[in-house]
Amino acid sequence: MEEILKILQDLHPDVDFETCDTLIDESILDSFDIITIISEIDSELDIAIPAEDIIPENFNSAKKLYSLVQRLSDED
Amino acid sequence: MQSNVLEYLESTVKRVPDKIAFANEKEGITFNQLYNRGRAIGTFLYKKGIYKQPVVVFMKKHPNTVSAFLGALYGGDFYVPIDEEMPLFRIELILKSLNPKAVICDISSNNIMGKIDCNCSVYMYDEIIRTSIEDDVISNIRRSSIDTDPMYVVFTSGSTGIPKGVIGCHRAVIDYIDNLSEVLKTNQETVFGNQAPLYFDACLREIYITLKFGAAAYIIPKSLFMFPLKLVEFLNEYKINTVCWVVPALTMISSFGTFDKIVPGNLNTIAFVSEVFPMKQFHIWKKTLPNAEFINLYGPTEITGVCCYFKADRDFREDEVLPIGRPFRNTDILLLGSNNKVPEKGELGEICVRGTSLTLGYYKAFDKTKEVFVQNPLNEAYPELIYRTGDLGKLNERGELLFVSRKDYQIKHMGHRIELGEIEVNTNMIDGIYGACCVYNRKKEKIVLFYTGNISSKEVTAELKKRLPRYMLPNYIQVLNTMPLTPNGKINRALLQENSNKKE
Repeated sequence: MEEILKILQDLHPDVDFETCDTLIDESILDSFDIITIISEIDSELDIAIPAEDIIPENFNSAKKLYSLVQRLSDED
Repeated sequence: MQSNVLEYLESTVKRVPDKIAFANEKEGITFNQLYNRGRAIGTFLYKKGIYKQPVVVFMKKHPNTVSAFLGALYGGDFYVPIDEEMPLFRIELILKSLNPKAVICDISSNNIMGKIDCNCSVYMYDEIIRTSIEDDVISNIRRSSIDTDPMYVVFTSGSTGIPKGVIGCHRAVIDYIDNLSEVLKTNQETVFGNQAPLYFDACLREIYITLKFGAAAYIIPKSLFMFPLKLVEFLNEYKINTVCWVVPALTMISSFGTFDKIVPGNLNTIAFVSEVFPMKQFHIWKKTLPNAEFINLYGPTEITGVCCYFKADRDFREDEVLPIGRPFRNTDILLLGSNNKVPEKGELGEICVRGTSLTLGYYKAFDKTKEVFVQNPLNEAYPELIYRTGDLGKLNERGELLFVSRKDYQIKHMGHRIELGEIEVNTNMIDGIYGACCVYNRKKEKIVLFYTGNISSKEVTAELKKRLPRYMLPNYIQVLNTMPLTPNGKINRALLQENSNKKE
């Protein structure tokens, strides 16, 4: 979880990612952020997020993103 | 001879009045509705005494917005699109430099206008489209308009911190649309998927090609450009066959293995602008859609849309770069070396553009205009303007033009043109900042801001968000104890550039 928070905070130091659960709904993250997050997760955690998981529901909060990463690493 | 872009609509509305011209996922607007609403708004503006004036169109990205643009043109005015995506500070700067008499709003932008100090009348789109059309007013306005009258002003990044307003005219847009549509082979069956924001000149192609041919354009919700599967589903649902997108929008789809799951099967024309297409991603596209036509487009806002194209109809190796090709018909490209001479073939020169497609220059900025819209140094016989792009290019052995780099600190980032100087000026305006330097890490495609001062990078981000559009926000912000200087006392940009390259 900490790695995820760090990736997000590097992008937007002014956002409280521990509580915010409307990252997509309120347009806090944009397409550039999503691409950065995906490539950081790939390089830092060695987890590739497949296209079918790049959907709004998985990126709306740090928690959601964390559970996606957990699921993908369990599948490995 | 055509002298006004509205003639596209006027001839098309006779053929296909009830066909949908522009639509989003919820609703659409027909050619007939565009024609009637445009003339109603035109009548309204003229009767209010707003004639040959900038008319700000401050509406969200929606099919109706196009009819507000056309309304300004019917009134003999020129439109200036702004968008609520822009921070308040930037909107205020733009309004200050324009000093417009009229702003057309929708409900949500009207709330924002309430917070802005502007000596202008705000008119609601939903109300003014109900004005009864006066045909004699509309035809009188047209009779005294000429094709070099301004048609729009769009604002682009300026290195002094103040956005520059580029003024396009009817003649140049007609030249652009006629030649681009020939290259794209558009017709009445063309269905565009629009990605470009309506507040840049990039959307000219979807709007006016659609009007010219009675084609259709779907405005794709911005949020879909984050989610590749959903984006391709949208393309398929609306049978979109033609896209002219910035490169990152296309590579976002191809780089996540989307094509293993879903293919945009209706696409037959894929044009792209703004930056170099990474060859690996290009090959994925080409393999997925072998029968589609891939066209690289190039050109700065100052020459109206784009001026060069390259049809990628041969194979490229991974280490090759797609050329920007050759100029459109009725446009000429000169390469000028540092001594204003034509360089030897294969040598580097500044890309300069000659032709009807040149815009009129920058709004209320004669000096800035004269710096880049200059007399052709190769012509000593009569006045002839060229536009100096600041881009460096060269010809390959096939005689195709290649883009090499920029002369200055302008960058292309996620499809947007950005002056790094504008980010620095806005950073320096923040209380507690002593100095700022912004560099671009090309390899990682990140904007890196270095600063000295007594505030945290978190505060800097929060302040910059109030002043700059999102796409201009630095991706990394780093505080320094002291700013490294060159022996001449200037900020040592090269050193910082090098540091940013090392940064993980």
